[in-house]
Amino acid sequence: MSDAQNEFVEQLAELFGDRLADCSASLGMVTVEVAPKDVYGVLKELRDHPDMRFEQLSDLCAVDYAAYGQGEWITEQATGSGFSRGVRGNSFARLGLTGVYGVDEISGNTARRFAVVYHLLSVSGNRRLRVRTYCEDDNFPVVDSVVSLWAGANWFEREAFDLYGVIFDGHPDLRRLLTDYGFVGHPFRKDFPLIGNVEVRYNEEKGRVVYEPVSIEPRVLVPRVVREDSRYADPAARENAGNG
Amino acid sequence: MGDIRSYTMNFGPQHPAAHGVLRLVLEMEGEVIRRADPHVGLLHRATEKLAESKPYNQSIGYMDRLDYVSMMCNEHGYVLAIEKLLGVTPPRRARYIRVLFDEITRILNHLMWLGAHGLDVGAMTVFLYCFREREDLMDCYEAVSGARMHATYYRPGGVYRDLPAQMPRYEPSPYRSDADLERLNAARQGSLLDFIEEFTERFPACVDEYETLLTDNRIWKQRLVGIGTVTPERALELGFTGPMLRGSGVEWDLRKSQPYEVYDELDFDIPVGSNGDCYDRYLVRVEEMRQSNRIIRQCVEWLRNNPGPVMIDDHKIVPPTREEMKDDMESLIHHFKLFTEGYCVPEGEAYAAVEAPKGEFGCYIVSDGANKPYRLKVRAPGFAHLAAMDEMARGHMLADVVALIGTQDIVFGEIDR
Repeated sequence: MSDAQNEFVEQLAELFGDRLADCSASLGMVTVEVAPKDVYGVLKELRDHPDMRFEQLSDLCAVDYAAYGQGEWITEQATGSGFSRGVRGNSFARLGLTGVYGVDEISGNTARRFAVVYHLLSVSGNRRLRVRTYCEDDNFPVVDSVVSLWAGANWFEREAFDLYGVIFDGHPDLRRLLTDYGFVGHPFRKDFPLIGNVEVRYNEEKGRVVYEPVSIEPRVLVPRVVREDSRYADPAARENAGNG
Repeated sequence: MGDIRSYTMNFGPQHPAAHGVLRLVLEMEGEVIRRADPHVGLLHRATEKLAESKPYNQSIGYMDRLDYVSMMCNEHGYVLAIEKLLGVTPPRRARYIRVLFDEITRILNHLMWLGAHGLDVGAMTVFLYCFREREDLMDCYEAVSGARMHATYYRPGGVYRDLPAQMPRYEPSPYRSDADLERLNAARQGSLLDFIEEFTERFPACVDEYETLLTDNRIWKQRLVGIGTVTPERALELGFTGPMLRGSGVEWDLRKSQPYEVYDELDFDIPVGSNGDCYDRYLVRVEEMRQSNRIIRQCVEWLRNNPGPVMIDDHKIVPPTREEMKDDMESLIHHFKLFTEGYCVPEGEAYAAVEAPKGEFGCYIVSDGANKPYRLKVRAPGFAHLAAMDEMARGHMLADVVALIGTQDIVFGEIDR
């Protein structure tokens, strides 16, 4: 972590105080975590404060943390099912939710499932900042819209709503953006199957395109494996490498 | 005036000027646009979700297919993000090769843009001229990767292989005369670098040619000057990057301001517009082609004088060569692990951005320590540009929408992802 970044972290901590749940720098970028109720205020200040001046919202995206850190490979009974435990396990290419002891149900409210991540860019200060907020309710994730701060957020928020079902309160026109007209579900959620739920084809008899339940078989070619790697035991080495 | 009624018009998705599958719902008042509502997603392939189900290296090929006219720049953004997470830096030669091909890609993209933009606005010839030069650059892609477009050439840790010592030549064919064959092969007698150098020598004259056709052309100027004007402040707010931002007069280029690879060692200028209209953006892009040409020349010279490795030597990330793999047990294990499982990337998150021809192409990767990305978000420049279509088109005529689509350099592969 460079000195400039340390300084920036301190500056942010001083400016926002308690409103930052977390503030740290890693891999060349400072990340701050903010509660959803504060996010609009913090972002507004980041844009307007003379020491910050983040004129641009480079990117806004949602992340679903429901299956974070879960592999399909680690097992208690090592060779009980051989290779197929990875490819035909409980997940069956639908969920990443197998874990060590089988299916982890997505249940209850963790308040850590859906996050909205903002990447800000200050052209005048030539620096970037990542702001993350975890939605409080997993079943109905809501965050304040920032369209009034950066007009460019409009489509990014529509996309996050479409793909993850995060509601942006105050968005002028929160419609689906990328998926089909009349699409059901939020396809980038971890509990949405990769192969989808429906497929379309032209029906000769009805003379129109019809929707049918998906007929292809899901498959996993390479299981998801999480490994502890001793090479990365020292994070400092990783920080100092890198390129641009 | 009383009998002008407003009505809604559907533009696309099957329209030659829609640059792919753009569907625009336009609310018109006479011929004036009151509201433009782009409907996108017709090319949505869920690249980001697919990437979550595959080892890191297997998604490089998907990146080519995002913005399918600036292929290697997309790979570059993705590969840089992985390298950041892994904490590896490729050898210098690989970084020069990447810059070389980034700039070749920039010219490729701008030629495609110029041709298509010209065609949309009514200039036929420039399209043919642009594709003539584009062909040579495609051949460079093919020589280095085997594919004319979807190269999958950049890898975490370097590039797939070194530049070929022999530029592939045309072979005799019953459909080609000997004289033609000789003419086609004239520039292909030496290495790829010789071929590229020969290209850079004649390319500035080609740009002059396009400019002769367009820059002072009365029709061209009537169609572009004062169309789609965006102020610098507004351009920043709307998330504009690349030539769209520089056309508005903001001097911002990641190659200069946040240099990656070896851009800080190269000599080039950043063209900036002043009025923020379509014409300025045209001038910016044309000048960018000249600057790219300059960068390519510097890279060619460096690469000639500095042979060396193009991949890091860490076989936990990069597969060993075939010979090593056949000879050495450990290499065989590395090979097997890499191709059946891939490499695990340590937990963390990284955002890496490159100055792609269309603007800032960024990749945000969240890793939970697995061999597949936990979340990949591609920040495509065209997405932010098209989002501003409504604002740029309001009050303009229907015919200007076509000029706006052209000036935004829309490619649906990256917008829909």
